[in-house]
Amino acid sequence: MSEEALRGLVSSRSMSRGFPRLGRFIFAECVAGAYLLVFAPVAMIVLISFFAQEIVSFPANGLTLHWYANAWARPEFSRGLLTSVQVAMATTAIGVPLGVAAAIPLVRSRFPAKAGINVLLLAPLALPGVVTGAGIYMMYVAAENVLDTDIKGTMVGLVAAHTMLTIPWTVRLVVASLQGLDEAIEEAAANLGAGPFTVFRRITLPMMRPGIVAAAMFSFIQSFENLDLTLLLVGPGRITLPVAMLNYLEFRMDPTLAAVATAQIVLVGALMLVTDRFVKLSRIV
Amino acid sequence: MAKLTVERLKKQFGTSIAVDELTLEVAQGEMVALLGPSGCGKTTTLRMIAGFVAPTSGRMLLGGNDITRVPPHVRETGLVFQSYALFPHMTVAENVGFGLEMRGVSRAQRGPLIAEALGLVRLSHLADRFPKQMSGGQQQRVALARALAISPKLFLLDEPLSNLDAKLRAEVRTEIRSLQQRLGLTTLIVTHDREEALTMADRLVVMEGGRVRQVGSARELYEEPRDAFVAEFVGRCNLLPATREDDERVRTRGGLLLSSRRRADESSSASTLAIRPERIAIEPGHHAEIKGQLEAVTYLGAHTEYQVLLGESERVVVTRPTPVRDDPMLSVRTNDPVSLTWDTEAPRLIPETAKD
Repeated sequence: MSEEALRGLVSSRSMSRGFPRLGRFIFAECVAGAYLLVFAPVAMIVLISFFAQEIVSFPANGLTLHWYANAWARPEFSRGLLTSVQVAMATTAIGVPLGVAAAIPLVRSRFPAKAGINVLLLAPLALPGVVTGAGIYMMYVAAENVLDTDIKGTMVGLVAAHTMLTIPWTVRLVVASLQGLDEAIEEAAANLGAGPFTVFRRITLPMMRPGIVAAAMFSFIQSFENLDLTLLLVGPGRITLPVAMLNYLEFRMDPTLAAVATAQIVLVGALMLVTDRFVKLSRIV
Repeated sequence: MAKLTVERLKKQFGTSIAVDELTLEVAQGEMVALLGPSGCGKTTTLRMIAGFVAPTSGRMLLGGNDITRVPPHVRETGLVFQSYALFPHMTVAENVGFGLEMRGVSRAQRGPLIAEALGLVRLSHLADRFPKQMSGGQQQRVALARALAISPKLFLLDEPLSNLDAKLRAEVRTEIRSLQQRLGLTTLIVTHDREEALTMADRLVVMEGGRVRQVGSARELYEEPRDAFVAEFVGRCNLLPATREDDERVRTRGGLLLSSRRRADESSSASTLAIRPERIAIEPGHHAEIKGQLEAVTYLGAHTEYQVLLGESERVVVTRPTPVRDDPMLSVRTNDPVSLTWDTEAPRLIPETAKD
């Protein structure tokens, strides 16, 4: 974005008239800096994925699609992608209904431990993924001893851990969408003859849809991109894409990873665009 | 349509009593307004009648059936909310048809009924719109149509005009009243706006602190308020602490003797002289019996308001049509001497709070 356009944006919106010129200039620079910080790494990854040379250096020796071909050819990436998508979909399918169910009483009911439960539900957000992952790993080991069955390294174990990771997001988003909901609308439905279950199905649920759609998207992305927690829980043949990328990095540092990352960026971006067609994400998140 | 009877209805939240032994009747086809300041218990009363709040004690009958413990969705009341409460994800027609759908009316049969309800509020042309594409006045009319479409036994209105601007308010008010009369709807409206209540309802119930202060027609409440609260709540009123001197006069706390004929129903605990500003005549100079000093003049267009100091510390407000041309009041300025006169029947000596 050009500086002029930025200044126009800044002065026409939040800045009041008569704001000192210097101050306005500094503010515009800060905004530009923030945009740069957000977009530069993404732009750099996309750029590097086309570089011809194996060891990244500037300027490029030439541009190539070779790394994309290489990424496609290596089975660990395609298998990783498949695993990641499966895990993310299962996580979303299980986590969103659970999160919605957890969110409703947090908004609608009064019970003694409410504040405590609210904090506990957000706890996974505050813990480093490695710590949570280690905790879950140890719990799985203990559970395996008792149940005499494999949990760690299995799909079930991974999905369960990811579900736990995504629930705070779902709860937050659904709570926000429920809080903005006028209860009079549900009462109006009851007044017109709808029983409690019908009110929920026909009124409450459709009105929560934006929050639920956003929650589903965030859950999917959270699970799809998670590395730190997943690292300890994957097993042979169940490697997710981020873990596969890390493994690859141990041996080579060519732009293949940038190509995989670019593909990932495109995938997530497409998901957001599709979601945005149904709900205006910027209004919820 | 059916008659509503509310008997000794009480609602207690913890230790605070929101509604205290309220008894009320709305005759078939009658429109009754619950009027009172916020927190007086009027909304709680309405919500108990609609079924959203369970009463602590007392009972409610609709068309002879006890509905006290009946859940809201089978009460057959049509409730219109202050916030409209339209279903945002449904079109106008779907909103209006929702109640019919819940009653198992088939899609084919719903069509004409929806059209009829929308016709009542003159919105047939907007049937396919979504609520957010409409103005506040239109949304409130959709809410009216939605409540009427189910042919409720009782029509309930919860501050239906509060979210509308002044011009629309008058329009929707007229619309509600004419619908109510045309269809003979048994109606209970809750409002804090006295003008709304005075202009729409057949009878008004003035509430305060969870209790009924007075029930009556708009004229009765305005002309014959039972106590100072009602007098002031239903309209502008001069209230002067005073005691009965003889059958024709009262003495104010400030020591002034003012004319006020004793009424047959005057309470022995009456301690406030109430007189409406428009019942007082004002003239320049000190030629009449009640002498005072003009403190302030407020021009209100059609009317002008005069604040007059009587004696040492007692103030009354006088309103009259704004003087024009040769009217002697035109030349009166602040601090000038003025005199007041009133019909000896005009003021009433009433209690601060009426006791039952």
